[in-house]
Amino acid sequence: MSEITYAQAVNDAISEEMRKDETVFMLGEDIGLYCGAFGVSKGMIQEFGEERIMDTPIAEQGYVGAAVGAAMAGLRPVVELMFSDFMCVCFDELVNEAAKLRFMFGGKVKIPLVMRTASGAGTGAAAQHSQSLEACLAHFPGLKVAVPSTPYDAKGLLKTAIRDDNPVMFLEQKTLYRTKGQVPEEDYAIPFGVADVKREGGDCTIVTYGRMVQMSLEAAKRLAQEGIQAEVIDIRTLVPLDIDTIIGSVKKTKHVCIVHEAVCFGGFGGEICGQIADSEAFYYLDAPIRRLGAKSTPIPFNPKLEAETFPTVEKIYQAVRGLL
Amino acid sequence: MEKQYKKELLKEMWQKMNLAREFENRVQWLFSMGLVHGTTHLGVGEEATAVGSILALKARDYVFGTHRGHSQAIAKGIDIDHMMAEILAKATGVCKGKGGSMHIADPDIHYFGADGVLGTSAVMCCGTALAIRKKKEEDRISVVFFGDGSSNEGAVFEAFNLASVWNLPVLFVCVNNTYGMSTPIAKVMKDTDIAKRAIPFGMPGESIDGNDVLAVYDTIQKAREYVLKEGPMLVVENTYRISGHSKSDGNLYRTKEEINAWKEKCPIKQFRSYLTSHEIFGEEELDEMVRQAKETLDHAVEFAKSSPEPDVNDIYEDVYA
Ligand SMILES: Cc1ncc(C[n+]2csc(CCOP(=O)(O)OP(=O)(O)O)c2C)c(N)n1
Ligand SMILES: [Mg+2]
Repeated sequence: MSEITYAQAVNDAISEEMRKDETVFMLGEDIGLYCGAFGVSKGMIQEFGEERIMDTPIAEQGYVGAAVGAAMAGLRPVVELMFSDFMCVCFDELVNEAAKLRFMFGGKVKIPLVMRTASGAGTGAAAQHSQSLEACLAHFPGLKVAVPSTPYDAKGLLKTAIRDDNPVMFLEQKTLYRTKGQVPEEDYAIPFGVADVKREGGDCTIVTYGRMVQMSLEAAKRLAQEGIQAEVIDIRTLVPLDIDTIIGSVKKTKHVCIVHEAVCFGGFGGEICGQIADSEAFYYLDAPIRRLGAKSTPIPFNPKLEAETFPTVEKIYQAVRGLL
Repeated sequence: MEKQYKKELLKEMWQKMNLAREFENRVQWLFSMGLVHGTTHLGVGEEATAVGSILALKARDYVFGTHRGHSQAIAKGIDIDHMMAEILAKATGVCKGKGGSMHIADPDIHYFGADGVLGTSAVMCCGTALAIRKKKEEDRISVVFFGDGSSNEGAVFEAFNLASVWNLPVLFVCVNNTYGMSTPIAKVMKDTDIAKRAIPFGMPGESIDGNDVLAVYDTIQKAREYVLKEGPMLVVENTYRISGHSKSDGNLYRTKEEINAWKEKCPIKQFRSYLTSHEIFGEEELDEMVRQAKETLDHAVEFAKSSPEPDVNDIYEDVYA
């Protein structure tokens, strides 16, 4: 084990796969000397050269589309999209193409593409550089969606993403890039569709992912001081979704609160809520299902307004208290 | 004979270039004091592109700026106090503290602002030009600024095509500072003569010294006439960004020598020597105007600092009309 940052974990996952597999390469804006807007690709251009760490023009449709094509022809591109908000510029390539080509072509093509991007708010980057857009990606059959919350998960999930024969949308959390955690030195991969129970408890289930995992754990700590034991589940991948772990936990705790940073309205919490309500766990519930997400507003620049937009430790704590 | 300019115009150019420079200096300083949330893109060295271009336009012309757009907003005539308040995310900011540096805008003065998603302003600019035509407005055009890096966005090519096939009153202004973040243009375009990109769209394209405020002014003045009469046009203004790309720029991709060489070509320095050698203003008069610019900024910083924060209860305001 060694202690590394989330950004380094991402870097290590790609570098290790690139050393093993000639077909893996990375492309994106300013990922060479500049090391990407978040410094993720530090040292990579020196090790792998310009042919495999490709700086692209500022043309998201162009290089994301090219990555889809390269994947169709047997390469394994890892695209870095500087901010997840820019997926809107290349939505067609991701959604109408990458997600559907295999199906439309009768299963005769594979799209082993990873689209890595920095997602989320909390950095004062305002409305066009702070969104959490995972719900719209999860909506499209054919795409897989991962949102790692720790360095360990970032590395293990990214390895799975690179080895996967499907397009994977990998939403890194920009406020977590500098956070540190223990990561094994030997090779490992974390399978998709396996939730991580971060904390066990019998009173209420908190289902969450991404930046909200740590906050949920802090809220759980506070609740524990009052004798309330929350079970915190990090789903890690939205598609595929480990609904069984969630249902099992809800049957045990009879209470559930779903927390994400993305806008609550139309957010992925609605899907989780729906799947719980559709399952036998419904009969076990002692209270309505609670959802916490961002307010229905573009993300404001002002830090106080920005903070007001999202769930906080306090809000999670209050929500769970309110359920019991 | 050398062209004569009205003294008032030259004075305004000098004032606005200095305001723009001083604005950036203050933002940099506020940033280093930890008073600015988020990031900013400063444009020290690029003042002549904004000031020369926008002073050659009419107040009623629409202008779309860039993410490096403080000088464009100032040239367009934005209120400096309220713009600084926006940088500090205050309720008195031009965008009520909701936009910040990357989204400084003031539609009241027809400045449709800096945008955070590169390329898109160019297509929206075609839309405002279309509205000008549909509303049969005379003597009005739409102008969009965009960087050399942004010129590779698909939306910019689509805008060129739309503007030319619909013959819209659009003036495309490419501010070529030779880098998009750390990437030199030669790495992302085979032919770096961006003005040539106008040719296949049936537009004229011109490439000029963007550090010579008078050359910029003359070119844009003529371009405006052309756009009104004939249709869209592209002007490439060649300049250099002395500032780093944004707050987190280690300048690893360029040398000190290169930066210093461009500091020598500083547009403000060049304009000063024009003004003094032509005996339009004396050194003291120019210094006095610089001092006034500093005073304006002192006031703006004070105003911004002492302004209230937006009220969290108003968070849903302006989401819908
Ligand atoms: C669609 C989109 N892609 C990428 C970015 C990130 N980005 C912001 S500024 C910038 C460089 C832009 O270069 P250029 O257009 O030359 O303008 P300059 O910064 O040099 O003024 C990049 C890549 C963005 N804001 N929007
Ligand atoms: Mg540039």
